[in-house]
Amino acid sequence: MKRIPKLLCGLPNLPRRRFIQGLAAGGVLLGVSPWLRPAWAQVTDTTTGSAPVLSGTEFDLTIAETPVNFTGRPRLATTINGSIPAPTLRWRQGDTITLRVTNRLPVDTSIHWHGILLPFQMDGVPGISFKGIAPGETFIYRFKVQQTGTYWYHSHSGMQEQTGMYGAIVIEPARGGPIRADRDYIVQLSDWTDEDPMRVLAKLKMQSDYYNFNQPTVVDFFRDAANDGVSAAMAKRRMWQQMRMNPTDLADVSAYTYTYLMNGTTPAGNWTGLFRPGEKIRLRFINSGAMTFFDVRIPGLKMTVIQADGQDVEPFTVDEIRIGVAETYDVIVAPKDDAYTIFAQSMDRTGHTRGTLAVRAGMTADVPAVDKPEPLSMGDMMGDMGGGMGGMDHSAHGGMAMDHSQHAMGAMTMGGGQVRARHARTEYGPGVDMRVDMPRTNLDDPGIGLRNNGRRVLTYADLHTIGGPLDRRGPEREIELHLTGNMERYTWSFDGLEFGKSTPVHFRHNERLRVILVNDTMMTHPMHLHGMWSELENPDGRFQIRKHVINVQPAQRVSFLVTADALGRWAWHCHLLLHMDAGMFREVVVA
Amino acid sequence: MMVLGVSSVRAQEPPTPAKETEQMKAVPDMDHSQMDHSKMDHGAAPPPDPATLSDPGADSGMNHGSMQGGSAPPDARDPHAYSGGYTLDPARPLRMADEHNFHSLLVDRFERVRTRDNSSTEYDLQAWFGRNYDRVVLKAEGEADDGRIEDAHTELLWGHAVAAYWDTQVGVRYDSGKNPDRKWLAFGIQGLAPYWFEVDATAYVGESGRTALRLEAEYELLLTQKLVLQPRIEANFYGKRDAQRELGSGLSDLVLGLRLRYEIRREFAPYIGIERSGEFGGTADFARADGERTKETRFVAGLRFWF
Ligand SMILES: [Cu+2]
Repeated sequence: MKRIPKLLCGLPNLPRRRFIQGLAAGGVLLGVSPWLRPAWAQVTDTTTGSAPVLSGTEFDLTIAETPVNFTGRPRLATTINGSIPAPTLRWRQGDTITLRVTNRLPVDTSIHWHGILLPFQMDGVPGISFKGIAPGETFIYRFKVQQTGTYWYHSHSGMQEQTGMYGAIVIEPARGGPIRADRDYIVQLSDWTDEDPMRVLAKLKMQSDYYNFNQPTVVDFFRDAANDGVSAAMAKRRMWQQMRMNPTDLADVSAYTYTYLMNGTTPAGNWTGLFRPGEKIRLRFINSGAMTFFDVRIPGLKMTVIQADGQDVEPFTVDEIRIGVAETYDVIVAPKDDAYTIFAQSMDRTGHTRGTLAVRAGMTADVPAVDKPEPLSMGDMMGDMGGGMGGMDHSAHGGMAMDHSQHAMGAMTMGGGQVRARHARTEYGPGVDMRVDMPRTNLDDPGIGLRNNGRRVLTYADLHTIGGPLDRRGPEREIELHLTGNMERYTWSFDGLEFGKSTPVHFRHNERLRVILVNDTMMTHPMHLHGMWSELENPDGRFQIRKHVINVQPAQRVSFLVTADALGRWAWHCHLLLHMDAGMFREVVVA
Repeated sequence: MMVLGVSSVRAQEPPTPAKETEQMKAVPDMDHSQMDHSKMDHGAAPPPDPATLSDPGADSGMNHGSMQGGSAPPDARDPHAYSGGYTLDPARPLRMADEHNFHSLLVDRFERVRTRDNSSTEYDLQAWFGRNYDRVVLKAEGEADDGRIEDAHTELLWGHAVAAYWDTQVGVRYDSGKNPDRKWLAFGIQGLAPYWFEVDATAYVGESGRTALRLEAEYELLLTQKLVLQPRIEANFYGKRDAQRELGSGLSDLVLGLRLRYEIRREFAPYIGIERSGEFGGTADFARADGERTKETRFVAGLRFWF
């Protein structure tokens, strides 16, 4: 993406619909005459749609820049073996696998095996686990596969993940697993931009609401004033204005630049999975977006969640799942009719991607309209102080009848279970624009935009890993870290310290520790600790679910236990690519 | 000028748990009695009692004053407490964006100005290069008439972040144009005041004991997502009469402007506007002596752009 030839940049603006819905033809350089083809594009066009499947114990992966066209504008993608998504890797538990990764880019690259337990030198984070893979070099990853389930892999270098470097990993149990499905599809969600991702970051540094076209306007104000009276309309804006915060700050990057993809296919391209009526289908949802939380549902079908982040969970049936960046959810669906839409809208409600489950190729079902965006509530800013209030958070009641008994309960629990956050002294500096003293600890909140929408939405409180925690020991030590940022400056950090000013976090080898994350921002951060499981606890301190990514909602406090059994140097970061790059990143040393 | 900055970083006593509990209990009743469920848009319902929440002076446990700024309490956590003595290698190859330089040029005003008896071109730009908390800032403002620079003020500053929304700036200013040049040392503060006022206030010290003060504030009112109304105020003060540059002491000039821009793209927005400007005190006397008007209405049309 760095070297887009001038020739291609001057193409006229195309209808906006094409950006959002994309081209039906997806990846090919549609309509571009051969002379426009730059000399460097010797390789063939990027293959998109369902990724090729590679299985066995030996894998050859080549990273290169290949041309794609999702929106009508030809662009260069960074791809693995020339496809988006990258090849699906099927491994078997217990095997030792070898992956030869060759870099044909002009810059360094890397592959990180997300959620996979392995020696740290194989983890693929340049500058932490290894040197990175230099241009022309082949790096050999070799490790024994210990776990089973659905995972994924992606580049950990620069912005390569945003420009196409992501693929699925499916690990079969050494002996057949307990869940049998007639069909098995990977549904990999991602976000594509025609812009240079570094340029996206630079724009956010200049104007952090650059991509937000859902801001409160004077027109909205007059509408509120007409409906609720002037003082209520003023009051609604007052606190946000005073704090210089924006209640519609739901995502940093929106469909203004993003085209959302399902299995590398635009909504117009309509990725389709076939079935015969009566079959059970396993869908392996993977959010490989760089910056997008997806809310996924299949109108007309219930989804039974059987795995989260590769780990078996007690089956739980829902209508809708919010998939944080880098999370994976495996669900079972049993379609009866001819066609169903798999609908995945972005959390900020600026766009969607979709695919179809159908008995024949070419069929479609109705595609729902994207929901109306919901402004952040007081609880999203103030935690239990505002949220409790909050318990009664009215913005949470998206037009549904209000349940007053629930409110009363909310207020009661607040009296007891409140936890005060312990801020770091560096949170009082210019890198932090808000702090939450009384964070909320609720895990049963589906999050902004999903509260009381009339659908049963999955929350972390619904998920229980089968078999309980891996380590029965209680925590010997607590580590509290805060997720911080300054929206106006577009800086992101832990404890107000960006990576460059931080020190590593030291885990003592084999200790069992409790990690407490408090979100002092208004955005949800999908937090990813490399190399070790994060075992989420409920507010009462009981084991909930084993994960590799934990979403921490605005003004929320979560705690999880970690067994520091993996010696070495590991990365720990927010999986929103631009948050990570802006500094929400720590090194973890297990020694 | 510091007042705005101070209020934004005002420290608040942490609320006591007793107060909070009381407050929380009070909320439900109060709220439901006020609500008309049939009419209300729940998706955008106002908070239960914003007045209590947003008034920094209110004696409320839920005061959000402590949510921003302030100084660290003595028992604040040490962010390095978990490091076990490990540090990042200064020569490490891993550099995130916080250790990269960014740059930007914003031409806030590039406009044609028409008054009753004259027309001219004005510019007002700001560029920066650097990182999140320390950067080099260039500010330039001026007026050209018939292809000649009439008056130009150019500043080169070092900006340093001191609070979430505030940067201090120190450096030099150079005035040029048809009158004799002036050099100044500059010290100022720039940032975002509560309610989203963009504020820029700078004090200057020049040769021969000259002093000056410049205050500027802007607000952006979104009429729609792309149509923005921007009120702007600018005032200049001088500590000492400067006959060569036809400046009196005290308030020399004040400009109130209103610009309406349409953002074709975020970074490219044409606008039209109207300004009312006045000269005061000794500066006005100089103008009158030259037979110039001291108060005038100006019509402007221009372009705001950045990259
Ligand atoms: Cu984040």
